[in-house]
Amino acid sequence: MLTLDINGRKVETDAEPDTPLLWVLRDHLGMTGSKYGCGKALCGACTVHVNGAATRSCVLPVAAAASMKITTIEAVGDSPIGHAVQEAWIAENVPQCGYCQSGQVMSASALLATNKKPSDADIDAALSGNICRCATYVRIRSAIKRAAESLA
Amino acid sequence: MSTVEKETLLHASRRDVLKASAALTVAFWLPQGRAIANGTAHAAFEPNAFIRIGTDGIVTVVSKHIEMGQGAYTGLATIVAEELDADWSRVRVEGAPADTKTYANLLFGSAMGTGGSSSISNSFDQLRKAGATARAMLVSAAAQKWKVPANEVTVSQGVVSHAASKRSATFDELAAEAAKVPAPADAKPKDASAYTLIGKPVARVDSRDKSTGRATFTQDIHLPGMLTAAVVHPPRFGAKVKGFDASQAKAVKGVKAVVAFETDVRSGVAVLATDFWTAKKARDLVTVEWDETAAYRGSTTELFREYRELAKQPGESAKKVGDAPAALESAAEVLEATYEFPYLAHASMEPLNCVVRIGAQDCEIWNGEQFQSIDQMVVARMLNLPPSNVTLHMLYAGGSFGRRANPHADYVAEAVAITKAAGVDVPVKMVWTREEDTKAGYYRPLYVHTLKAGLDKSGRLIAWQHRIVGQSIMAGTLFAGPGAIDATSVEGASNLPYTVPNLSVELHTTKNRVPVQWWRSVGSTHTAFSTECFLDDIARHTKQDPYALRKALLSADHKRHHATLDLVAEKSGWNRPRPEDEVWGLALHESFNSVVAQVAQLKRTANGLKLAKVICAVDCGLAVNPNIVAMQMEGGLGYGLAAALSGAVTLKDGVVEQGNFDDYPVLRMNQMPAVDVHIVPSTAKPTGVGEPGTPPIAPALANALALANGTPVRSLPLSAQGITLV
Repeated sequence: MLTLDINGRKVETDAEPDTPLLWVLRDHLGMTGSKYGCGKALCGACTVHVNGAATRSCVLPVAAAASMKITTIEAVGDSPIGHAVQEAWIAENVPQCGYCQSGQVMSASALLATNKKPSDADIDAALSGNICRCATYVRIRSAIKRAAESLA
Repeated sequence: MSTVEKETLLHASRRDVLKASAALTVAFWLPQGRAIANGTAHAAFEPNAFIRIGTDGIVTVVSKHIEMGQGAYTGLATIVAEELDADWSRVRVEGAPADTKTYANLLFGSAMGTGGSSSISNSFDQLRKAGATARAMLVSAAAQKWKVPANEVTVSQGVVSHAASKRSATFDELAAEAAKVPAPADAKPKDASAYTLIGKPVARVDSRDKSTGRATFTQDIHLPGMLTAAVVHPPRFGAKVKGFDASQAKAVKGVKAVVAFETDVRSGVAVLATDFWTAKKARDLVTVEWDETAAYRGSTTELFREYRELAKQPGESAKKVGDAPAALESAAEVLEATYEFPYLAHASMEPLNCVVRIGAQDCEIWNGEQFQSIDQMVVARMLNLPPSNVTLHMLYAGGSFGRRANPHADYVAEAVAITKAAGVDVPVKMVWTREEDTKAGYYRPLYVHTLKAGLDKSGRLIAWQHRIVGQSIMAGTLFAGPGAIDATSVEGASNLPYTVPNLSVELHTTKNRVPVQWWRSVGSTHTAFSTECFLDDIARHTKQDPYALRKALLSADHKRHHATLDLVAEKSGWNRPRPEDEVWGLALHESFNSVVAQVAQLKRTANGLKLAKVICAVDCGLAVNPNIVAMQMEGGLGYGLAAALSGAVTLKDGVVEQGNFDDYPVLRMNQMPAVDVHIVPSTAKPTGVGEPGTPPIAPALANALALANGTPVRSLPLSAQGITLV
């Protein structure tokens, strides 16, 4: 039995220790906001915050996450940055199919936590690990800037 | 068992109560204790199959089309809300049940499904009428209740009013009376001048749920007792399971069954377990012996060689004007080019999946459901059930780009076959890995095109011969036509908008076992490239401006083409001097009755060429939601750009060589250009927007690259030609 710190709460799971955090969140804990897209940390749909850093949960064994503070899309909106990012996403009508957007929001929130006014190059660097097949990138860029302004 | 798991069981039982208490409400249980009723529990007024007004005043619009990113839910609801004069903030959308009679796609004949960029265009009049009828019933109800003339009753933002008597009521307050009013046959939709929602950038209905992780996709469905199935697919198309060893897999804790399955199109082995990771781990331990007697063992390099040879011979005629061979013979000069296009995977973000429950006399399916009529028919046949006993819950799809509308119901049938083979009565969620999604086929076909242009002494275009070689998408499906020409192989070429006195478009339809399917914009994915690149070849050779040449070759009756081309030229500043470090390419293409023109602006940087910006103009008739039109142009060209830059599925000895985003790279943030979208003002009926943004980007970019590098691009993807952008 492992104890996880997820969204500020202690949660127990009997998942096998090698199970990626993503599948513990989705199948064991019923938190389905984080998505499966590639299983190899190539697309970013599974992005969560581990001790504040954007992390691909599809390749992180749950045992390795046991002592860390995990934030998921389900709770990122409780923080001022996460809230601002989500509101900017809605204002810019970013999502199309929406499947990758939890991961995009998590990567954007992590970026704004360390960089209050990201440049286009900063956004490219922080978000290029998050694939969107609907190619909503133009609006993601605008939404990150909008969120940054609203937080300034 | 974790506390959360215990909690879910409690909610599971609540789900049964919900289901029992509301006969018409299809409730399904979701994680985190959210029970979502797929429908309003108490409909106070249901004027027709598309509108339900609840006791809470919420207007529910029933969408016969799936929301897979293209904005259909928002657009369809906008049309209803406009005619109903509803309060937009109180409008909700839900997916329609499979009911071909009520919810047929009017452009598909009698079939229910989503595709061909038709959601808005086929629904526009139908939903205007539905909304106007419901509004008239509410007005009648108010007039009767207040004893005032109906023509003095007004409706605005969900409130019905009579100014003279200062009375007003919300929809729900009039619902009971309105339900008793007979539906008028002649309710008249609004004049466009009265629109308050149509033509405005109304906010999408799905933005919040999709920005907060709350939107429910097939992947997110959890049902009581549900098992998850991971699959082993054959290494080659057409191979069949001969035998398998599951002894190691069965030893994995949580594995419930390992079964072989077979559908009309695929054979394989599935591992059913309590959760995906367990199923996947066990799946990796299964060894399968394959019967490869009928397996495809070809390679894409051989196919290209074979197709190039075929292109040397005349094909079946798809379009003939004048006498192209004779005109080529007599031409002062003949230009030639061969274009090559690889197989392409759809690579939606949500790998294919499907949830199935097989009951004693019924079957229930939860799916990003794009093709109800086919899926329902195939499943009914497999289970020997009447189609009406197959219930389809249409969920959001995490992309599709055509893939979820498979003409053989391939992955839906597979989920049913697995569930049937396992003999379980609990629901089964089949989940493909990214690798299975990439390798399972149903690709945009591989094509070779050859084009010849005949020029007279003054450089005037007098002959155009276009030969296309490739597999038919429609062959072997219910949609195959009687003739030798599959229209989807030649669309965009056989209706070349340019006036050429001698024109011949020919087709060689090839056959092999690599499964093919429509892929966002279908035939235009390749015909736009070959026609628009070849036209620029002619422009360069005859030293004409690409915009001017197109204008000169478009007849006056191509009004939409002229308007779109002019708009993109104006907005890009085509006829003004360009920045010295920029090279521009232009392309124009019609698909799904909409015309799109794009100017790709390449910038020379210290590190190489960068696609800095794309100016896009579109004529899609009346833009029901201009913001969604812009989104579809941005996304459509991004999708086309991904394929142009690096999209290619290759086969060697029958084995697909790509599997994940490392070897099938797609567009990323750093590769996305800035995009400016401009819509040609129009009052014509709406035409497609989901696909038409895709075709022009590759030729626009290639035309810019031809100028920048001095050599034309004749083969995609660019990465295979050693061309990369920064």
